[in-house]
Amino acid sequence: MPKVSMTVNGAAVSGDVDSRTLLVQFLRETLRLTGTHVGCDTSQCGCCVVHVNGDAVKSCTALAMSLEGADVRTIEGLANGDQLHPMQEAFRENHGLQCGFCTPGMIMTSVEMVKRKGFNLDEKTIREELEGNLCRCTGYHNIVKAIAAGAQAMGAKA
Amino acid sequence: MYAFTYHKAGSVAEAASLAAKHDDGKLLAGGMTLLPTMKQRLAQPSDIIDMGKLDDLRGIEVKDGVVAIKAMTRHVAVATSAEVMKALPALAELAAGIGDPAVRNRGTIGGSVANNDPAADYPAACLALGATIHTNKRAVKADDFFIGLFETALEQGEIITSISFPVPDKANYQKFRNPASRYAIVGVFVAKKGGDVRVAVTGAGDGGVFRQKDFEAALAKDFSAKAIENIKQAEKGLNSDIHADAEYRAHLIGVMARRAVAAAK
Repeated sequence: MPKVSMTVNGAAVSGDVDSRTLLVQFLRETLRLTGTHVGCDTSQCGCCVVHVNGDAVKSCTALAMSLEGADVRTIEGLANGDQLHPMQEAFRENHGLQCGFCTPGMIMTSVEMVKRKGFNLDEKTIREELEGNLCRCTGYHNIVKAIAAGAQAMGAKA
Repeated sequence: MYAFTYHKAGSVAEAASLAAKHDDGKLLAGGMTLLPTMKQRLAQPSDIIDMGKLDDLRGIEVKDGVVAIKAMTRHVAVATSAEVMKALPALAELAAGIGDPAVRNRGTIGGSVANNDPAADYPAACLALGATIHTNKRAVKADDFFIGLFETALEQGEIITSISFPVPDKANYQKFRNPASRYAIVGVFVAKKGGDVRVAVTGAGDGGVFRQKDFEAALAKDFSAKAIENIKQAEKGLNSDIHADAEYRAHLIGVMARRAVAAAK
């Protein structure tokens, strides 16, 4: 079996994989990092979004083998110990979730959104940028509010 | 996904020789179409030749009235390139409208053009702008490149290295999205360069992207939305499916073309 090595949440990791192994399978099944979810498995829903070298990527649509040597960050790597990341805190404060299944992907997408679009995000930008993340519970209103607040909080911290 | 043998190409030459050697192999660029297709077991390549490490196939150059984009350049890079936004804003806007942010972070222009999905956006830009597709073997005009559904002039072992777009006087792309999949039900790219106007339609044709020459002739005489108001797009040769029948697509082609002409800059 081929072996793949990468950095996940700051730690060097490696594992034997089938060439077919998707990044999300490597994260969940090999590394047991089950915070990254598989919703649709067809690159529509965004529940599996992680950061690869800083870019938001749907981990259900990338081969683990392709990401040899990559720097990957998952939802587990966002908080600083017991202290939530400002975007996680904003989702909690604004009740930006109901069942929570889409939340890891929503938060990873949001953090990268702030990186590309800045700390002052208007509603239109947020809704457009969420095109690749589906939520079947909330109707998005509180998610949009949470992202705007989280972006501001990230700015205040920067 | 069916099993395959994985190869990581270290150079274009290596990728080409691997692709030539494995008849049932597939080149992997960003994987935004190929991987989902394989996951659904609609494709069963014996070998995957991953071009992800070919960094010399990434980059954008705007020079002498030509926007040249290397094949492995990701959609996000085209969408956010200050140079492309200035020289050919219609192309930057098109790239910004492909898929979603995570898809644009992985998907590449070369992958899109090589795949020639009948609902893909880039083929319309190539055809309307009179682009040239450069491969490891030759240069092919867009008019000769797109052959049919998922079919191009590319031969086994031939790899797109870059695509060059002559900068037009004015251009615009308008897309009517499927409300669920967000792919183009109809997309129309209009470009004017001197007295020459080209109109390319994606999403609608049963043979993939095509030029609307009646619109082109009318717009060459009078570049205004009014000039094509009364030209009827034939329904023959258009897709009819659960999302939109041929009559509706024909109607949308006119509407999208008029919007593109009005918005061209």
